[in-house]
Amino acid sequence: MMGFGPVVPEKNEPPFHATWEGRVLAMEVATRNAGVPWNLDMIRSVRESLPPLDYLSMSYYEIWLHSQTELLARHGLVIADEMKAGHALGGQKHAGHVLHADDVWAAVTRPGSYIRDVAEPARFAVGDRVRSLNINPTGHTRLPRYARAKVGTIGRVHGAHVYPDSNAAGRGEDARWCYNVTFAGRELWGADADPTLTVSLDLWEPYLEPA
Amino acid sequence: MSGHHHHDDHDHDHEGSELSEVALRVRTLESLLTEKGYVDPAALDALVEVYETKIGPRNGARVVARAWTDPAYRDWLRRDATAAIADMGYSGMGGAHMVALENGPGVHNMVVCTLCSCYPWPVLGLPPVWYKSAPYRSRAVIDPRGVLAEFGVTLPPDTAIRVWDSTAEMRYLVIPERPEGTEGWDAERLAGLVTRDSMIGTSLALSPDAAR
Repeated sequence: MMGFGPVVPEKNEPPFHATWEGRVLAMEVATRNAGVPWNLDMIRSVRESLPPLDYLSMSYYEIWLHSQTELLARHGLVIADEMKAGHALGGQKHAGHVLHADDVWAAVTRPGSYIRDVAEPARFAVGDRVRSLNINPTGHTRLPRYARAKVGTIGRVHGAHVYPDSNAAGRGEDARWCYNVTFAGRELWGADADPTLTVSLDLWEPYLEPA
Repeated sequence: MSGHHHHDDHDHDHEGSELSEVALRVRTLESLLTEKGYVDPAALDALVEVYETKIGPRNGARVVARAWTDPAYRDWLRRDATAAIADMGYSGMGGAHMVALENGPGVHNMVVCTLCSCYPWPVLGLPPVWYKSAPYRSRAVIDPRGVLAEFGVTLPPDTAIRVWDSTAEMRYLVIPERPEGTEGWDAERLAGLVTRDSMIGTSLALSPDAAR
């Protein structure tokens, strides 16, 4: 989608433009550290499932607030009636781990990994030509529309990474090989494109076929 | 999503405004999560403080300055940026897997997340509003020179523009070119020339004159 106008950088932009934005970010991190039954891909999927007009008119942290309240309600942790009432109405209480202030630094700096061991060898190697599939799933995917059915070259093999299309749907991590694929600007955008442009994306093996 | 933050740039309660409604919902949610035992408000304070004062683009600037002054470190960044960056103490949420992208003569790298707002938190902190906005996300991949112009940057027409769309959990840090006229500078002084935008690729490192 185009026509959104110029990029408008803000001088000396603060991390948060209002106190509530920081609280939304902090609640996101804290709840995920309290063992809530959802993952990052589910969160992204909920955000991207907003009606387009809502998505485009909401600020970033409003979208985060939406995904939090939506997932909390969906899993019965904080139901809509409780949000209306402003206090607990008998929904679930948490008895497990809670993130405490003393553990915050360790929680945000702990190295993580999305790489998993898989039995299958990588299908593609650096330098291979590949074509991205023309897929239009109704569920979550990380293959952007502009990069579907295009031919590119494998630039890096990242290892087998948690596969969002599966993880977002609650079907497990189902790690798949993930590659950096470079496309020429003209392949993506046509003959008028900047001849010096390349665009590189990280794409999972199920999105690709040999070209 | 909106590139503006017209209704959230104050935190005071303006009666009947959209702002106070959002702020109120957030307050309600926090009090519910606290009551139910999912969050500790002191931990929320600590998280806000971490991203306001500790994890930000100064981290990335130190990585870049070390790469400019230490060829062995630059080589390590090329081979295994995640480990090389962790060696500086920067790791964790929003930056599990790192790749360093080196600008050089005739090559300029620029990073975007067209699908959402993926950004290398451990080295750059939280993304600015423009990075998360529809104008940047839609145009960075098709008209990067036009976007650069909006940042006041014009590159030679034959400079190759390499745009990196962060579609997975790999996070990208641009290593801008070291400015001329900085011979003999140590890493700490050089880090002062490395702006956040130069590490996203929407700008260049400052010249010694501009930094004055």
